[in-house]
Amino acid sequence: MDARRDSEPTPMKNRTTVERKSERELVVTRTFNGPARIVFEAWTKPELFRRWWVPKSMGMSLRSCEMDVRVGGKYRLEFEPDAVAFFGTYLEVIPPSRLVWTNEEGGEDGPVTTVTFEDKGGKTLLVLHELYSSKEALDAAGTGAADAMVETFAQLDELLLAR
Amino acid sequence: MFESSLNASFAALSDATRRGVLEQLRRADASITDLAEKFQMTLTGMKKHVGVLEQAGLVMTEKVGRVRTCKLGLRRLDEEAAWIERHRQLWGARFDELDTVVEELKRREKVNGRKKR
Repeated sequence: MDARRDSEPTPMKNRTTVERKSERELVVTRTFNGPARIVFEAWTKPELFRRWWVPKSMGMSLRSCEMDVRVGGKYRLEFEPDAVAFFGTYLEVIPPSRLVWTNEEGGEDGPVTTVTFEDKGGKTLLVLHELYSSKEALDAAGTGAADAMVETFAQLDELLLAR
Repeated sequence: MFESSLNASFAALSDATRRGVLEQLRRADASITDLAEKFQMTLTGMKKHVGVLEQAGLVMTEKVGRVRTCKLGLRRLDEEAAWIERHRQLWGARFDELDTVVEELKRREKVNGRKKR
């Protein structure tokens, strides 16, 4: 039964919106078809988190994913094949509604990421908010974590095409 | 051609004053005199910086009477749109995968719930 259900076309996907809220802020919004406690679980258990943080379509994977999800706890993600690492500290952990962490791979003044999970009748409204420390930091965000990743993937694509 | 314009952009953006000018123009158009005052620079010095930004397509200038007004160029707007789009693609792809994880957890919960009953 489950196998058949899996192969059926997925219902219409919810829209991901990205907004540059101010010169220092990026906001990503998305609704998920499940309660907040489940979505929160997928953000806080490394074995679940690693399954979606690096989408399959990008052809890369995490070498390691360590997450000590509590206030003051650290996380560290290492990619392969090029061992790029992303790491930081959890500042707030309020199950199942709020997560705040720092991004320290770029130095002390890295952005702070806040994710809120709001229950809406069995669904979850997720808002991810990234606050950069200054306009210079935002300038650098053009080549920051997300872009670096996309660029790495593009390079990998080229490498594969060249074969 | 795309690469050379990209190089011009990077060269233009390698200077802190020029990045500051772009930041300023993102808020509001300004005359060269305004910018020179703001960045405590001679008119000639600011003209040079604006010239570099203009060549890279990051800034457009328009002379009305005796005042040359500067505003963000089209390239800058394109880059911002592209920046947003890259983020949207990344998060969209991540969240589509997260949907799968959420569905699986929901199913597991249902099965576990049934077992308990």
